[in-house]
Amino acid sequence: MEAKKGDWVRIYKMVLSPEERAAQVPDDTKKVPLELWDKGFLLDEKAKIGDRVKVETYIGRLMEGELVEIDPYYEHDYGRCVPELLYIGRQVKRLLKEGN
Amino acid sequence: MIKEMSYENVMARKSEIMKASVGINYSDFESGSIAFDYERMMSETGYSLEEMRQIQMDAGVGNTPLIELKNVTSLVRKFSEPGKGARIFLKDEASNPSGSFKARRAAISVYHAKKLGYEGIIAATSGNYGAAVASQACIRGLNCIIVQECYDSRGKGQPEIIEKARKCEAYGAEVVQLTVGPELFYHFLMLLEETKYFNASLYTPFGIAGVETLGYEIAEQMMEREGRLPDAVIATNAGGGNLTGTARGLLKHKGEQVKIIGASVNLKGLHMASDEQFNKKSFTTGHTGFGIPFSTWPDRSDVPRSAGRPLRYMDRYVTVNQGEVFYTTEMLAQLEGLERGPAGNTSLAAAFSIAQEMDKDQILVVQETEYTGAGKHIQPQLTFAKDNGVKVLVGNPREEIPGETIILPEHPGLIQAKDLNMDNLRTSYIRNCLSNTQVNNPSESDIEFLAKDTKTSVAFVREII
Repeated sequence: MEAKKGDWVRIYKMVLSPEERAAQVPDDTKKVPLELWDKGFLLDEKAKIGDRVKVETYIGRLMEGELVEIDPYYEHDYGRCVPELLYIGRQVKRLLKEGN
Repeated sequence: MIKEMSYENVMARKSEIMKASVGINYSDFESGSIAFDYERMMSETGYSLEEMRQIQMDAGVGNTPLIELKNVTSLVRKFSEPGKGARIFLKDEASNPSGSFKARRAAISVYHAKKLGYEGIIAATSGNYGAAVASQACIRGLNCIIVQECYDSRGKGQPEIIEKARKCEAYGAEVVQLTVGPELFYHFLMLLEETKYFNASLYTPFGIAGVETLGYEIAEQMMEREGRLPDAVIATNAGGGNLTGTARGLLKHKGEQVKIIGASVNLKGLHMASDEQFNKKSFTTGHTGFGIPFSTWPDRSDVPRSAGRPLRYMDRYVTVNQGEVFYTTEMLAQLEGLERGPAGNTSLAAAFSIAQEMDKDQILVVQETEYTGAGKHIQPQLTFAKDNGVKVLVGNPREEIPGETIILPEHPGLIQAKDLNMDNLRTSYIRNCLSNTQVNNPSESDIEFLAKDTKTSVAFVREII
């Protein structure tokens, strides 16, 4: 898929490599880079996923990074059914009625 | 001149960047030793209560309902000794424009930034504060950037944080999302330097004093409804601002006798900066990972002197477990018809237990709720916990091990707020003050300051020193 100028895209960049991480960081975190994601309108004429691109963020800041998503969207939702929760409503309602 | 942008170089410019971005010269209030003039800092850099109420009212913030939870109270009394079981009231802060009490803090910071002529505002937050700043920035016509710690190194993000990113973007803010690590602050400083925007720190006097209206409103609403102040107010505690601001607001309404209780979710054993443990927790704020370090050393914050000083006001500090908060969230929905976000129900879970110790004619106020939605809801949060190897069980919440299990109480009688030892926290704060400031011989005024800052006495402080 190819993005064209003006498309809303998500970009990625590495802020600190593992070697550059702060001294106070726990060991497991020190093994991995500090990474960043941001979104903006593509300024390049066209680009494909993985290209280095320039964008203008929603508030108008200029940024560079690797193109990772075109027309990015949120995937978070209300989760799957959690059967472990189902007793709670019935339990509190039953307890409230008891002895009244 | 081109500035050096390496981690060390940017961090070395921290104080000049912070000074330019919050507009406060903290040295004006310093004694040069441990003590600093907290009250003068709050009054000279902040706004009066009346001004803050006006600023908030103009921006649609505040005047939230205070709801008596009659069914929850009835359930509390099923587990109480005869004559016990305080009435529980809930301040429905989810009714604020951005869905939490954080709108109060943001309203003042954004107003102040606008007044000082800043073009935009930045906040480093993965929590509700981001949405609050973004929302208030809209009202005042400022640009807004929110910097979030959001993902682990696999690119997996907590659903609650991702939902908050969505909400910030809904208000037209730019959201910068980072992986785990305290160097977020480094990137934050670079953004402040690049944009010259105002830093909406959670720890400036504006950020804290904005919550005073919450405490004041509780007092006013209780006086109007019951003709008296509540016996206790319970606040979820993380960075300390919520508790500090609420307590200060109550004091401004002659609420000296109101007991101030802090509550945090117990996340003992989980390291907040650990990449592997980041997604093992189901609460991103209101937990002991912030609550305890910020209580025992508030000046660890991004400004030289935090305006949030919880030990100055706290009478009691309790923890509850994750499973207890999830259970209480479901209870609130199913008994009171109020579906609210889990993190905001931390203090309600504690209240369910504490009300059982209090007399029937006493009143306990839970001072916040937060909005709920996709990602920010018990179901997605428990789904995410399971996906990250955390077992969700029904049983005795006392056996919960943060990062390994979430135990929903098999019976509400098992919900139990666990007291932290206040004197240990106070001692730890005093020791941190001595070691971090490297003051070996504290002066009289240092000792008096420490006594005030820990709500103790000069004798108590001397004993520890």
